Amino acid sequence: MPKEIKNNILQKPFSRRALLKGGALGLASLALPVGNADASVWEAFLQKHFKEMNDDELQSVIKRMEKEYAEKYNVNFNIKSTKPLPGTLFGYGLDVSRCIGCRRCVYACVKENNQSMEPQIHWITVLRFKKGEKWVSSLEEAEVYYAPPEVPEEGHFYMPVQCQQCENPPCVKVCPTQATWKERDGIVVVDYNWCIGCRYCMAACPYGARHFNWGQPNRAKQEYNTETHYLGNRPRYKGVVEKCTFCIQRTRENPGRYPACVEICPVGARKFGNLLDPDSEIRYCIENKRVFRLKEDLNTSPKFYYFFAT
Amino acid sequence: MAKLLQLIKNFLVTLKFITKGSRWYYGWLAFLLFLITSGILSYIKQIDQGMILTNMRDQVSWGLYISNFTFLVGVAAAAVLLVIPAYLYNFKPIKEIVLFGEMLAITAIIMCLLFIVADLGRPERAWHILPIIGAMHFPDSLLAWDVVVLNGYLIINSIVVFYVLYRLSIGKDYKMSVIWPIVVISIPWAISIHTVTAFLYNGLSARPFWNASILAPRFIASALCSGPALMLIIFQIVRKASSIEIADTAIFKIAELIAYAMGINLFLFGAEVFKEFYSGSVHLAPMEYLYFGLHGHSSLVIWMWLALIFNITAFILFLRPKTRENFFTLNLACALIITGVYIEKGMGLIIPGFIPSVLGEIYEYGPSGIEKSITVGIWAAGALVFTLFLKFALPVYTGQLRFKTLGSHSEE
Repeated sequence: MPKEIKNNILQKPFSRRALLKGGALGLASLALPVGNADASVWEAFLQKHFKEMNDDELQSVIKRMEKEYAEKYNVNFNIKSTKPLPGTLFGYGLDVSRCIGCRRCVYACVKENNQSMEPQIHWITVLRFKKGEKWVSSLEEAEVYYAPPEVPEEGHFYMPVQCQQCENPPCVKVCPTQATWKERDGIVVVDYNWCIGCRYCMAACPYGARHFNWGQPNRAKQEYNTETHYLGNRPRYKGVVEKCTFCIQRTRENPGRYPACVEICPVGARKFGNLLDPDSEIRYCIENKRVFRLKEDLNTSPKFYYFFAT
Repeated sequence: MAKLLQLIKNFLVTLKFITKGSRWYYGWLAFLLFLITSGILSYIKQIDQGMILTNMRDQVSWGLYISNFTFLVGVAAAAVLLVIPAYLYNFKPIKEIVLFGEMLAITAIIMCLLFIVADLGRPERAWHILPIIGAMHFPDSLLAWDVVVLNGYLIINSIVVFYVLYRLSIGKDYKMSVIWPIVVISIPWAISIHTVTAFLYNGLSARPFWNASILAPRFIASALCSGPALMLIIFQIVRKASSIEIADTAIFKIAELIAYAMGINLFLFGAEVFKEFYSGSVHLAPMEYLYFGLHGHSSLVIWMWLALIFNITAFILFLRPKTRENFFTLNLACALIITGVYIEKGMGLIIPGFIPSVLGEIYEYGPSGIEKSITVGIWAAGALVFTLFLKFALPVYTGQLRFKTLGSHSEE
């Protein structure tokens, strides 16, 4: 081997390697702490899929999370993991003829479900339509950012849209990591610790129901609702998708509570109940009112029924 | 032990070959490294503060990264346009250069994977998509399919390229019996990577612009334009920069094939335009947004018309023997077709899927500085990978670089 090349081999690769090694370590340290750092970071990194964990594992994960949240937000969270109640399939009714477009549901939802306020995430979008114009099958003329001094406005009507909890949810089908699925009580949930943030579900959802944490979720510490569910309103992370869960932390209790949006609605336009219970209010609405579901042509089969009571 | 030593020695020889070059070579590497570094810095910022630094939002949830990803899957798939004449029809002039097409495919796939990672909100959890250790949603999710076909394609092409280069580097010819089965798999596989990527969008009934059966055929047709055009330019550079002879006949043949591919692409485009505009249903909105603007929003209009003009001009230039066999007009046509397809298959495909949004909102997207910087960084990384590939492969090809093997006394 010529001398010149030998020198090259002896010197250059060394400095190159040192550089590469340094770079790799530097990058790794950005993502994960090495060595003596807090072991819980590794635990979080290696955490299993929600459905893969047994009860003990889940409890220890919840304990770790409660500790993390307490350190981060200075308040104590209670994270439940209540399972679906047997014999329940939740359904929702929305009376379009009653809705006055006040958006109280939007804000009650944010208050209850710990969404980020800066950047702002709303799970409910209230659409405003001019009477006589296209709606239902073409939402192109819908107005999202209306801000009148008073509602309802002359010549307008409103249609709130949120997760329709489809029986045949396209978002679940497309998720490459099974980070989102439909529970036995019909609620579509997300494991915020398993979602990789690819946003394929957002492209697949026909209702704009899925929202991404584009930045670090933020809200004032005293504004957190500390009664939470693992699959629902516990604080979220940057870079994951979230959505309406029919207030899983309320509706799965026994006795259950109504979702926050149902509870707050000043005109009683929102109905909620068990589709499997023939005596439920929601069943009454479906059987006696003129109901329709949004984008029926896509066969997503929503459990969210719009109806006209008057 | 001796074998290992030999391996290390050969590795060092390789290292020497790719780290030595002219002033131009170092300048080029420095330029690429500068762009890569600035891309990495931007990416660190994006990881730190979140994807809020991009201009994507809930309404338009995919943007520049996924646009580039889609375009590059096409570039990768296009290697098949060289593989078919080379191995199936034994067209000698192309057979001699097919390796470069395969190296371009490897590079393009690496870039695809980088663009996907850049687009993830939680890249450190990317392993969740793998089978066994993760929870791969196969066969339901087309993204899971894409992981399989893209990585498979990467492996297939890597095997071919490394096998051929290895054989050449020890001074032996490669055995067709080894290559043949891999080549036979690689042809449908190339088509599959682009079909699956098209299906990724195609399968979403929520997005009428993508939910059209013409999407996958159009993907393939346009891929067979941009990828080979990129190769034509690379071949000419290779020919200039090394002693490798690339026959004009090979170049003109590829140019002719591009003309047919673009002809089909334009026909399929016409079919799409007819269906949308003649029937004029509410699903026309995205198309209207692209070519005429919607409710006063028209940021893509100029680009789409430019792309159309570029593609038609390039089609004519490639179709006429006189212009495709003149290197000035040939290169012009290549540049036009690459740009045209980049616009049409990139932003022109991804963004109208989201405009108007599923709830009828129009959010006009344009990439942020961070997105552009990361995108340029990934392109520079691709250029770097391909440059190093060439730097190693060219001397092997010309016989300047030969490895010593145990028991052999081949010269260096």
